[in-house]
Amino acid sequence: MAGPAPKKINVNGCEVEVLRQGSGVPLLFLHGAGGLQGWAPFLEKLSTKFDVIAPSHPGFGRSDTPEWLDHLSDLAFFYCDFLEQLGLTDIHLIGHSMGGWLSAELAVMGTGRFQTLTVVSAAGLRVVGVPMGDIFMWSAEERARKMVFDKAEGERRANEKLSPEEADIALKNTFTSSKLCWSPRFHNPALEKRLHRIRIPTMIMWGEHDPVFPAPEYPNAWHTAIKGSELRLFPNCAHSPQSEKLDDFIAGIYSITEGSER
Amino acid sequence: MKFFFFHLMPYSAVDLDAITDNTWIVFPNKHYDPKEGHKLYNRYLDELEYADQLGFDGVCVNEHHQTAYGMMPQPSVLAGALSRRTENAKICVLGRALPLTSNPLTIAEEYAMIDNITGGRLIAGFVRGIGCEYHAMMVNPGESLSRFHEAHDLIIEAWTKEGPFPFDGKHYRLQYVNTWPRPYQEPHPPVWIPSQGSAETMLWASHPDRKYTYLLTFSPTESVTKHLNTYSQQCEKYGYQCTPSQLGWAFPCYVAETDEIAKKEAGQHIENFFNKFLISPMQYKLPPGYSSLNSYKIVVESKFKARGSYLSIGSLIENGMFMCGSPQTVASQLEEYQSKMGFGNLVTMLQFGTLPHDLTKKNLELFSKEVMPKLRHLGNETGVAVAAE
Repeated sequence: MAGPAPKKINVNGCEVEVLRQGSGVPLLFLHGAGGLQGWAPFLEKLSTKFDVIAPSHPGFGRSDTPEWLDHLSDLAFFYCDFLEQLGLTDIHLIGHSMGGWLSAELAVMGTGRFQTLTVVSAAGLRVVGVPMGDIFMWSAEERARKMVFDKAEGERRANEKLSPEEADIALKNTFTSSKLCWSPRFHNPALEKRLHRIRIPTMIMWGEHDPVFPAPEYPNAWHTAIKGSELRLFPNCAHSPQSEKLDDFIAGIYSITEGSER
Repeated sequence: MKFFFFHLMPYSAVDLDAITDNTWIVFPNKHYDPKEGHKLYNRYLDELEYADQLGFDGVCVNEHHQTAYGMMPQPSVLAGALSRRTENAKICVLGRALPLTSNPLTIAEEYAMIDNITGGRLIAGFVRGIGCEYHAMMVNPGESLSRFHEAHDLIIEAWTKEGPFPFDGKHYRLQYVNTWPRPYQEPHPPVWIPSQGSAETMLWASHPDRKYTYLLTFSPTESVTKHLNTYSQQCEKYGYQCTPSQLGWAFPCYVAETDEIAKKEAGQHIENFFNKFLISPMQYKLPPGYSSLNSYKIVVESKFKARGSYLSIGSLIENGMFMCGSPQTVASQLEEYQSKMGFGNLVTMLQFGTLPHDLTKKNLELFSKEVMPKLRHLGNETGVAVAAE
């Protein structure tokens, strides 16, 4: 996958790998539990309009796994330092899945650095009575099949042979996401009561067939908790609108960011 | 040689056809009938009590959750029941899964109570619990090892240090550790560490501060030999000699009049054990973070990819996962293994899978009367377990 050369950035002794391309207003993409899947087409597309910054979180990809990493909140505080060090402001913040949860944890701490927030198929909330899908009980193949709506694509991913390095990274990503999200499973019970603090323009994007955080209940919970947020549900889409519904996803980002230029 | 009878207390009344690829975590509890359970608990306790009468040195129970594999989610309940109905046998809980509790002092208390009631017949097993338990109990598998070590330290301190004192760990923080009752045995009950050969566990258990009895469970004899020898060598590296009493081997075993009868009587029951009660998908058994990244890869390669589909009694006997035959056959095999492995504790699972009461009883009788006397003299206390290479 073409794209910018990866760069290492050291924040308080923790080195993370960052993909960065484009110019203009910064756009920070926070990946989910499966890690950053390289310089994906949606990042390329967004980089024609924004200064796109896509780090691999501590504990993921080729970034360091620091001793202090115990909870998802540790990642949120890491990104406070990261953004401070890079001197980034007026950021469009996008988070997918576990990264959606992370972006919300960052935003409830204070939205001073952020212009807009977009959460995509996000972890973070638990809707009582609507069980989540449990990725830790699925084999790697089951996970690959369930995460995408298109059956043929799911089959292709389930049978994909990873190089030894890719397999090691996939395992590392699973280990870290399990450490951060095992219990309470993929959510923070205290997040919901804090979401009212997010008063910047917020977009919620979700696949109607999300196997982990079922629609409409999970996106509705976000929509209700963040006043004035916009909700876009995509048919024939599972867990990754940014790849499964590329054009709709880009349109969603353009819509929320255009309305918010300062 | 010391002989122990290890019961797993399977829910053997289960509808075997209902088990397709999993008996753990989410195998629905509608398959459990309390009326059958009532009968089984009492039958199994009778069998453990009978082992005491037959002269076994100890009886063993253990802990597993949400499974038909074993009905002992809280093994200390059974240890309590056995405390008053056994006379001489040690009561071995192999073990309590330390990381699964939010306060390990409950385990220090349970164990100390059993030790007091029995006047010092408790053997205290400490385990992490297998991967499945971390799904069932929602405890983070990534914290398993550090919780285990910390819980262990807390329990040992609670037993040996004068209370009250504070405990400040990463996982457990307590203001007043002051366990009542204190254990009967001084300084505390013997600690056994059941394991399947993790290098980290060996290094830790054999440390001169601990010198715990290392119990290798349910593995092919080739790896049992390798791991027990590695343990002895590790003791030597620490500068002391491993005694046989520090080594144990746990395995299913069936003895009958002849090899043929033994195979015939045990066949379907041992196959049920390995192919029904034990099965679950790999990601149930190995949740991410339960072991280090490297050990995880090794286990996946060695245990899961290497294992074939159906384990027949033939292959189980062949690789030493199952000791089966006439008393003479079993005794001579065990004698040979003892010379290679150096163990002083034989932990025999003489009931397994669906093996019914009458055959279990016969197995216990034949093993105690025909096998034990042939091996008693082996693995004496003072000798060296096995010469390190």
